[in-house]
Amino acid sequence: MSDLFALFRHSLAGLRVMIAATLLLGVAYPLVVTGIAQVAFPWQAQGSLVTATGGHTTDAGDAVGSALLGQLAGGEDADRLFRNRPSAAGDGYDPLSSYGSNLGPENPDLIAAIEKRKAEIARREGVDPSDVPPDAVTASGSGLDPDISVAYADLQVARVAEATGLTEDVVRRLVDEHTSGRTWGVLGEPRVHVLELNIAVRVLAGS
Amino acid sequence: MSSFAPALGQVAVLVLALAIAVPLLGRYLAHVYTSPKHLAVERASYRVLRVDPDADQHWRTYAMSVLGFSLMGVLLLFGLGRLQDHLPLSLGFPGLPSDGAWNTAVSFVTNTNWQWYSGEATTGHLMQMSGLTVQNFVSAGVGMAVAAAFARALSRNRQEGRIGNFWTDLVRTVLRVLLPISLVAAVVLVLLGVVQNFLEPVVVHTLTGGVQDITGGPVASQEAIKELGTNGGGFYNANSAHPFENPTPVSDIVEIFLLLVIPFAMAWAFGIIVGDRRQGGAILAVMAVLWGAAVGLLTWAEMAAPGTAPGLAGGAMEGKEVRFGEAASALFASSTTGTSTGAVNAMHDSLTAPGGGVALFNMMLGEVAPGGVGSGLYGMLMLAVVTVFLAGLMVGRTPEYLGKKIGQREISLVAFYVLTTPVLVLVGGAIGLTAADGLAGLLNSGPHGLSEGLYAVTSASNNNGSAFAGITSGTPFWNTLLGLCMLFGRFLPMVFVLALAGLFARSQKLPPSAGTLPTHRPLFVVLLSGVAVVVVGLTYVPVLVLGPIVESLS
Repeated sequence: MSDLFALFRHSLAGLRVMIAATLLLGVAYPLVVTGIAQVAFPWQAQGSLVTATGGHTTDAGDAVGSALLGQLAGGEDADRLFRNRPSAAGDGYDPLSSYGSNLGPENPDLIAAIEKRKAEIARREGVDPSDVPPDAVTASGSGLDPDISVAYADLQVARVAEATGLTEDVVRRLVDEHTSGRTWGVLGEPRVHVLELNIAVRVLAGS
Repeated sequence: MSSFAPALGQVAVLVLALAIAVPLLGRYLAHVYTSPKHLAVERASYRVLRVDPDADQHWRTYAMSVLGFSLMGVLLLFGLGRLQDHLPLSLGFPGLPSDGAWNTAVSFVTNTNWQWYSGEATTGHLMQMSGLTVQNFVSAGVGMAVAAAFARALSRNRQEGRIGNFWTDLVRTVLRVLLPISLVAAVVLVLLGVVQNFLEPVVVHTLTGGVQDITGGPVASQEAIKELGTNGGGFYNANSAHPFENPTPVSDIVEIFLLLVIPFAMAWAFGIIVGDRRQGGAILAVMAVLWGAAVGLLTWAEMAAPGTAPGLAGGAMEGKEVRFGEAASALFASSTTGTSTGAVNAMHDSLTAPGGGVALFNMMLGEVAPGGVGSGLYGMLMLAVVTVFLAGLMVGRTPEYLGKKIGQREISLVAFYVLTTPVLVLVGGAIGLTAADGLAGLLNSGPHGLSEGLYAVTSASNNNGSAFAGITSGTPFWNTLLGLCMLFGRFLPMVFVLALAGLFARSQKLPPSAGTLPTHRPLFVVLLSGVAVVVVGLTYVPVLVLGPIVESLS
């Protein structure tokens, strides 16, 4: 009994501390961070939105997407665009349900999906299936991966050049301009930012 | 895609940053937990909260404070989850179901951050920042307080089982350590691209004429403490794989640094508190050895990419982001499971079979390499007591650790501690993997399906929170089972630790004699590392054979 009473007494103190903690850590702290973020780095804080000409904006009405989120390719223009990776987020690149496939390395559904994607991409790009790189046939962890490997971008240069009427050299130069290497030579992997690249292609091809 | 030199290089960058930060932070932590002086703001808050900051609590009182505080945390978070639709900033989401609200309340109060739900589709901004973020701070604070109390107890001599003051430890941890570091880290993360706003999802018209909902939220403020407090609960479903939580390779290494720095620094602080830095160095060395081994193995597994699907694709990129690739994903995975964080920057369910096995083994170690904030230190110290006890048996002397005799009552408490999580994992796993309601939640079949269920109970019982996330755990069955695993997995060991602290504080501190096993030499580091691995090995080998090992060999 005395233990129960002690627990009750300590719980009351705990309640007071929790209320204070909620005000400090659950209200003041996020508001202060938001204030600093909105003043110092408004573009990043609002989601790194970009316009149809590649400019930065904090207004979603002017944006065609976020530099940090991949998009689903589709419509009549699909051939003129570089493709992102396969996505398991909703029907593809849906930020309302970010996720990976969570299929294991021996999962038959995953194995079948990789085979199918490999054949499709090889046909679309007119290359041998063995030339298709791993990121092209696998879904990312977030389902929103904004990047593709340099190898997958190279694979798509010829198709995009033909569809847009640009020369392959020009398209390849655009790919180079939108490629990031490893930070400090060691962090992460070299990658091509697909949305920004596609915007550059459209601006140059004039559509 | 990853190659060897950069993979090694990014580990070198991380180790260098830690080597600079850990001694500094460790010294600061030791000061925080031993200084008799209160800051003005602290003294004011003790008055408002009506707690006596200078009362030297008996271990029972300390434990009551921990439990009473955590009980209130569970009740408040449960209420916030149930009622979120009646509160502002809910984004139109309904209240959580009762089993889900229970699971989430326990999950965040126990520093586990297991998530049965998808953040962007379940929890509004208020729940995230005023419920989950708050527990990210205070649950970390509770763990660090208990570890500090245990370290202090070891430094005391005949003090009637008194081990310090919980409220002081908690308030100091939050105000002097977690809040300032989180504030700086959150702003750095926004600079790197993490979002921080209060927007509802806004629609943009994409290049191809499609639409995409851009999600918002106070993400950076939560991300910072999520890593720093080894919590791990993602703002979004995809956690740190989501570009809005972890946009670049730089933000990635910052997040890994944040989740490792306090667990290692606590070991350093321990040495200072007990008055012999070499003791802290030895504990830190064991943590570093085990962490390094896990990083090496997991990186090898992901870069070698064994298995049918990785072989067919030409690399183990399923579930991984291009900006991180195999190496940075492996570094994150081994660090998040070696600490009790459980954040992920790649989907662990899609790791290679040996890679997923390493992640699982890392958690089974009991979160000591380097472990959660606080819990990593006291977990490793429990294993240190086991080690001196075994060594004592070999030479036939009464074992002692830091001048404290390990008698029957001491070793009994340690045994209870060491056995708690294996019992929870194996019994919980057996229930989950035989009940129809449990099996219904599995996505993958065969050995991988077994790993999926085993991973869930291991993660919950060890308060990690990462998942083989193919499992559908948002059902009353899994929510209840995993909630119980998390609750017992957190507070039973904690009570055993505090009870042992009480015994140590009361007993006499003996000077070392010729027969004392030195606990700061490389020999002890090797012995302790071995004990950690063997204890886990003996407990879990059968089930590991049926899961990841069979899958690796198939």
